[in-house]
Amino acid sequence: MEQPVIAVRGATASLGSRPVLRGIDLTVGRGEVVALLGANGSGKSTAVRAIVGQVPLTGGELELFGTPRRRFRDWKRVGYVPQRTTAAGGVPATVREVVLSGRLARTKLGPARRADREAVVRALELVGMADRAGDPVAALSGGQHQRVLIARALAGEPELLIMDEPMAGVDLASQEVLAEALRDQVERGASVLLVLHELGPLEPLIDRAVVLRDGCVVHDGAPPRAVGQHALPGHDHVHPHADPAAEPIRTGLLS
Amino acid sequence: MEILELAFMQRALLAALLVGITAPAIGIYLVQRRQALMGDGIGHVALTGVGLGFLLNASPIWVATVVCVLGAVVMELIRSYGRTRGDIALALLFYGGMAGGVMLTSLSDRGSSASLSTYLFGSITTVSREDILAICVLAAFVIVTTVGLRRQLFAICQDEEFARVTGLPVRLLNLLIAVTAAVTVTVAMRVVGLLLVSALMVIPVAASQQITRSFATTFAASVGIGVLVTVSGTTASYYVDVPSGATIVLMAIGLFVVLTALATPLARRRAGRAAAQEQCTLDGKGRSTATDDVRV
Repeated sequence: MEQPVIAVRGATASLGSRPVLRGIDLTVGRGEVVALLGANGSGKSTAVRAIVGQVPLTGGELELFGTPRRRFRDWKRVGYVPQRTTAAGGVPATVREVVLSGRLARTKLGPARRADREAVVRALELVGMADRAGDPVAALSGGQHQRVLIARALAGEPELLIMDEPMAGVDLASQEVLAEALRDQVERGASVLLVLHELGPLEPLIDRAVVLRDGCVVHDGAPPRAVGQHALPGHDHVHPHADPAAEPIRTGLLS
Repeated sequence: MEILELAFMQRALLAALLVGITAPAIGIYLVQRRQALMGDGIGHVALTGVGLGFLLNASPIWVATVVCVLGAVVMELIRSYGRTRGDIALALLFYGGMAGGVMLTSLSDRGSSASLSTYLFGSITTVSREDILAICVLAAFVIVTTVGLRRQLFAICQDEEFARVTGLPVRLLNLLIAVTAAVTVTVAMRVVGLLLVSALMVIPVAASQQITRSFATTFAASVGIGVLVTVSGTTASYYVDVPSGATIVLMAIGLFVVLTALATPLARRRAGRAAAQEQCTLDGKGRSTATDDVRV
């Protein structure tokens, strides 16, 4: 089997004295799109933050592209979309300036070159924000801001995209633009791990869903179907499984 | 112009120019990460350095640089590691620095409360030849850092977590910001004084962002405003016998008020135009089409 781009085995992590991850296993294969689902507090954000090295693991193993996380230095292969922070910086910045930060994994401490500026333009076109390049980010709506953060990750031309709740607070129009941009990346062979509250317009793209509850993996397999009020128009309305084992999935989606 | 023929005024104006450039240049990053008062804290710590300089009979500016850098590094470590009780630790550092400075100065033969106050409030016309040399060297360091690494420092101050995942040496660059801020404090202390240093790091940035939309233009405008107020404030203090530091800071605040007053109608017009564009329009079938779709 080809080496997975993300391999997590028995990972544990705590925030303060509270255990948040209690031994999770998670793999993302090359070209695979994996959704991480679960209720608030189930540990899904902590899991992705541990994968990108922002939360230390207290146990278990974690490999990126076959390299243990501690020795992994090839960050230009990873595009990260953190959870959208409510507070922007204290100084105005344009969309273009923010997206250019996405090239830092390639330029490091060096200057930005023409190729970097061109990559910024391409990334903004992918998320349909090219016409807003010169606008201050503070003037954008929530959905537009999220598109800018995704363009920032895409600007680095990564092989693996890791996104923490990319659809939170995003209007439906923006969600569809983002789904389109993501489809384009997947067609080019990118692998994706994304934290989601609900599958929404991304559903057709997702190969596999991992559902967390209380820091444990309770489901790893086909994406659960949307149920109840979270089913969007156009989706099949199906009843939740009668099987009690499916219970955590429904809990996760209704959170 | 007779003002330019006097050696002490030449030194004063050169020092003013360098402070006008460096203080907003590092200040913009502190404002961006909402640490606007860090300069003030370093200023308090610097006082211990000045006192130590008096006591050791060494150049206060160099000793203050060393003490400031140490203090700023400690502050950065408290910021990045100690999440709980960080404010108490900082308070101990600030007031300890202030009290230490007063104590050390009183213990030395050279220092007096009068000489201390030239550092507290600035005394630009007493800048010596050695001082100006030190100011030039330190200012060069600040300019090279803040301009040369602007994209990296911008990214860290905008979104530290994202910057870390690009593989940038974020911890090192954070220390560099702290050290650069410390160096700027010692560059500026003879011109505006330790108690007013922070004003020059923050107010030009606050003033310029009333009218700017990008980080690059905010940076340029802040430095422009910084130079304008330090040079004209110093000149004014020569002709009218007033303290340079206070003149400079009051001019900066005046500019802030003027720019805010000018920018308010501008922003209102811009917002009005944007709102007009986003109004719902009825298409032929009588259905409204909005740019932002509504979730059902």
